[in-house]
Amino acid sequence: MGDASLSLILAFIIFTILTLGGALGVVMNRNLFRGTIWLMVSLFGAAGHFVLLSAPFLAAVQVLVYIGAIAILFTFAVMLTRSLTQISDRFTRLWWNVGGAGILFVVLVGTVILPVWGGFTPSNDILFANVADTTQLGIALVDRGSETTQGFVLPFELASLLLTAAMIGAIVIARDADDDEKGKRS
Amino acid sequence: MIPLWLYLVMAAALFSIGTFGMLARRNGVAVLMSVELMLNAVNINLVAFWRYTNPTEINGMAFAAFVIVIAAAEAAVGLAIIITVYRNRHSVIPEEASTLKG
Repeated sequence: MGDASLSLILAFIIFTILTLGGALGVVMNRNLFRGTIWLMVSLFGAAGHFVLLSAPFLAAVQVLVYIGAIAILFTFAVMLTRSLTQISDRFTRLWWNVGGAGILFVVLVGTVILPVWGGFTPSNDILFANVADTTQLGIALVDRGSETTQGFVLPFELASLLLTAAMIGAIVIARDADDDEKGKRS
Repeated sequence: MIPLWLYLVMAAALFSIGTFGMLARRNGVAVLMSVELMLNAVNINLVAFWRYTNPTEINGMAFAAFVIVIAAAEAAVGLAIIITVYRNRHSVIPEEASTLKG
């Protein structure tokens, strides 16, 4: 324990405030455009947590994919659908859902987190010492795996196939009908 | 170092906030954003358990990377559906898209 551990705790508190405050901003905000900005704040806090958990590559992917792509996609969707001014009331069955989320939190803490309370001390205190790094992740993702090493090439290929299918599906769903199709329909 | 249960409590709180947003918000875009929050909570849990149990293996990071890929696909398809529903019905409220309701 010392200065390093104090700064770790301080960073954890800051990133937790960013993550949870951003999440509250997303679900409470009336203006959905501001909601997307809060979503970026929350995702950035999660990226900071990844750095604290010695996964800097995942933090970079989080910033690139989530903040750079998904949040921008949400911004486009908000602007394309005029959802800023259209809906007068934000919530349905507000207090039932607040109660439900509170009960879910209590159940999660009581049944999942309480059993591991105090257990699982980290295997080393230093942030990046003796932890699997990005090189190993890259090799494992395209490796078939053996009895001693892990390989994720099949899930990796499936994920790329799924992403391609999802992109084609998104284009097909969102595309406006062609002129000749419209002629057939009418 | 930060004890594991702090990360778990934080991720549980994030998941609960996301669940609340998914169930309570009327706007379809906000529902999808809440789903993204829930996926992020899951990701933090995966990476935290990986870091605190066997950080020399690679599986926790790999699963978190796959979750990010799934989240990207889900966001793209979900927003395409919302934009199509908006174009046809001029509404982003999921409850109003009820043509298939018996």
